[in-house]
Amino acid sequence: MARLTAGVAMSHVPAIGVAVDLDKTDEPYWKPLFAGFDFSKDWIARQKPDVIFLVYNDHASAFGLETIPTFAIGCAEEFEIADEGWGPRPVPNVKGAPDLAWHVRQAVIQDNFDLTTVNEMKVDHGLTVPLTLMYGQPAQWPCLVIPFAVNVIVYPPPSGQRCFELGKAIRSAVESFDQDLNVQIWGTGGMSHQLQGPRAGLINHEFDNNFLDGIVSDPESLASIPHVDYMREAGSEGVELVMWLVMRGALDSDVNEVHRHYHVPASNTAVGHIILENK
Amino acid sequence: MALDKPYKDIPGTTVFDSDMARLGYHVNQFCMTLMDPRNRERFLADESAYLDEWPMSEAQKQAVIDRDYNQLLKLGGNVYYFAKLFSTDKISFAQGAALMTGMSEEDYKDMMVGGGRSPEGNRFSGEKENG
Repeated sequence: MARLTAGVAMSHVPAIGVAVDLDKTDEPYWKPLFAGFDFSKDWIARQKPDVIFLVYNDHASAFGLETIPTFAIGCAEEFEIADEGWGPRPVPNVKGAPDLAWHVRQAVIQDNFDLTTVNEMKVDHGLTVPLTLMYGQPAQWPCLVIPFAVNVIVYPPPSGQRCFELGKAIRSAVESFDQDLNVQIWGTGGMSHQLQGPRAGLINHEFDNNFLDGIVSDPESLASIPHVDYMREAGSEGVELVMWLVMRGALDSDVNEVHRHYHVPASNTAVGHIILENK
Repeated sequence: MALDKPYKDIPGTTVFDSDMARLGYHVNQFCMTLMDPRNRERFLADESAYLDEWPMSEAQKQAVIDRDYNQLLKLGGNVYYFAKLFSTDKISFAQGAALMTGMSEEDYKDMMVGGGRSPEGNRFSGEKENG
């Protein structure tokens, strides 16, 4: 049977992708950020996951306002890289895991989460930057990916509680799949940031570090944080952190924290990163 | 009954809720078309003519032409859609964000490198004046 072995969370700032693509990672501005992923690259080379269930949000690349799915699961064989206005990032296309994705889709909908099924979708920095941070610049991604897009742009996003419960349903679905696969779940986005209006640039170190503590040992409490608290405390775009709760819901209640990293800034954003293993 | 909007008192922040998404539908969908390089070219060649193809209000069109992003936020625009205008104008997301704060690009960058804008005094409208 498929096993869900570990969860990884990280921010997915577009400028991180630009820094890698333009070979700027050794510059003083970027070096401390990337240093926090050295461990992670070694770790994932040892773990060798077959499939990444990658929870992220699309940034008006695949979905404009014509269709706004709250939860969308990508079931295709392959996902091309979106052009976000500067040309597509020079990274390989993302290979899907359609057998597992279709299986999870059916099981999760039967478990009362009404997912939208997507078979044609380009993926943007929300999905490719996390892959870059963990794998660097390979000619092909060494894993299959199930893109799982969450609406966090048009208010309201799903609640933290809903995301946490969805994670549990995803775990049950993955572990009922009849193939021996090592599956990881990644939650991306955040941490504190605000990209709009006169309050742009807001960063809340205390909120972020409490969130990093809570995601390890007390996710139930984090799941009850209302949207308004994220927006007030962690910036209007800080509400993306609900996506970390999907990841956390899919793990054991008691996990091993194997790595943590926090760095400010990447462009407008506080970058947080954590790796959790099921025991 | 009206929707509860507990976020209305967050200073300097426009939440892209149902009302704003409806108000700004055409502004944002116009921005989406700028993902195509041919449309970027056509827009830059004659901005007014391009905007006239959309059922946007005159105030919305003028705010686009002025690149007045705070005004566009009030009129239903969303920053992830503005990103298409940023790339059309060849400016980064940080440069776009700096524009909305009224800070110079350099001052904004320095603020971020220094740890970002503190939440202290920035949680509730009027907090600074009262505190």
